[in-house]
Amino acid sequence: MSYLPVEPPAFFHRGPSPATRLIVVGLCSIALLFLDTRYRYLEQVRQGVAAVLYPLQRAAALPGEAFASVADYFVSKKTLADENDRLKRRLAEQGASAQAFESRERENARLKALLELKSGYRGTAIAVQVLYTGRDPFAQRLFIDKGREGGVVAGSAVVDADGVVGQVTRLYPYMAEVTLVTDKDHVIPVKLERSGVRAVMAGNGAGRAPELRFMPPSADVKVGDMLVTSGLDGTYPTGLAVARVATLERETGQMFARITLAPVAGVDRSEQLLVLSQASEMPARPEEPVATEAAKKTGKGRLRRGG
Amino acid sequence: MGIRIPSLTVADPNEVLRPVHPGFVALTLFGALFLNLLPVSGTTLALRPDFLALVLLYWCIQAPRYVGVGIAWIMGLMMDVGDATLFGQHALAYAFLAYAAEYFRRRVLRFPLWQQAAQVAALLALCSALVLLVRVVGGAPLPGWMFFVPAATGAILWPFVSVLLQMPQRPVRSSSTL
Repeated sequence: MSYLPVEPPAFFHRGPSPATRLIVVGLCSIALLFLDTRYRYLEQVRQGVAAVLYPLQRAAALPGEAFASVADYFVSKKTLADENDRLKRRLAEQGASAQAFESRERENARLKALLELKSGYRGTAIAVQVLYTGRDPFAQRLFIDKGREGGVVAGSAVVDADGVVGQVTRLYPYMAEVTLVTDKDHVIPVKLERSGVRAVMAGNGAGRAPELRFMPPSADVKVGDMLVTSGLDGTYPTGLAVARVATLERETGQMFARITLAPVAGVDRSEQLLVLSQASEMPARPEEPVATEAAKKTGKGRLRRGG
Repeated sequence: MGIRIPSLTVADPNEVLRPVHPGFVALTLFGALFLNLLPVSGTTLALRPDFLALVLLYWCIQAPRYVGVGIAWIMGLMMDVGDATLFGQHALAYAFLAYAAEYFRRRVLRFPLWQQAAQVAALLALCSALVLLVRVVGGAPLPGWMFFVPAATGAILWPFVSVLLQMPQRPVRSSSTL
């Protein structure tokens, strides 16, 4: 059986064949992937493409916003009154503790001054709105409507009314990408509010509860314990609510207890968020003992580097 | 004066179509990118087909002069930035999709629409599988079978996309000739 030749005659050639092109762009993609995972060299390129994409992203957010504003318009008066009541009650409840907080804060500052401790610098907060969530249902990211021009700084903590939502991981001129606390391998240093035990909370990806890692089975943890940020990383301010202990399995045979957590913030719901600027200026880390390492190097020949 | 008869079928392979306007191709590609960027969540997000892959596939089959591996790759880069995924994963998947479309285009066009849809499902699933492969190599956990649902919904949309995107190319007929 005869068939038509797949290749067009030579005078119809338009550049390289699809296979050649596929190989070229395939290699380019693999190079990009490699550079992006290993070195993050490509932020400039990404910013360039983002500038082209920005109007489209903004436009894509519009129908949702329009729908929300129309829906707002038709909210019944009763709903509004109810909500108003609830908020007033909540404000009154919190007013008392806020006053107590202020006096404690002053007391704390005095005591710290007495002890000559460096006081934590109180950062500012920027109110932002969620623009859209990532298209990928398995990545725990979202985009907010303020970026570098709005004063957002990469690495800032993002919170809602109830607790920590995530962290700003990438900055664009007019928007920013937030990685949620439930994202896989997103780690926050926390402490148990009740016992003060320090720990790290690690996200486990979409649909799976975050967990408290590296806790010995004997650790002082109970179901329902509140976890707050410990502030040890200098990224998150101290004392923000993060999650509650949901389940707890202690098996004496295991090295660590299995502790799963439930975030207290509306990680997958909240629309209005606050970006907190860097919490405190951490004292510089102590220098690595370079001299001794150099000495070892000469002594032992090769030394394994971490990382 | 010709009156346009909107017909809701695609042209049979022997019908002579008007040439594709490159502006229309660009417009539909950016329209698809726009649909991909729409903020949805939950079940809608899990069901949402990859419109851009679908439209790219259509043009790679129907207008290989304008849309091929290179254009698909560039659109993939845009999708990567819009999605904040690893730079290059959609680019790689779309480029591969475009290549597969170019390879199979003569065969796909010979089938009726619903049979085309079945082949499109396979191509879209291949595209998703490639994205998945990149992510798993990058250390992401396996997302489960739900990851391939958009390929199926995309295939269901294929007949509609075909009819819609072919409309401007249908020859104008006057009502008298019918």
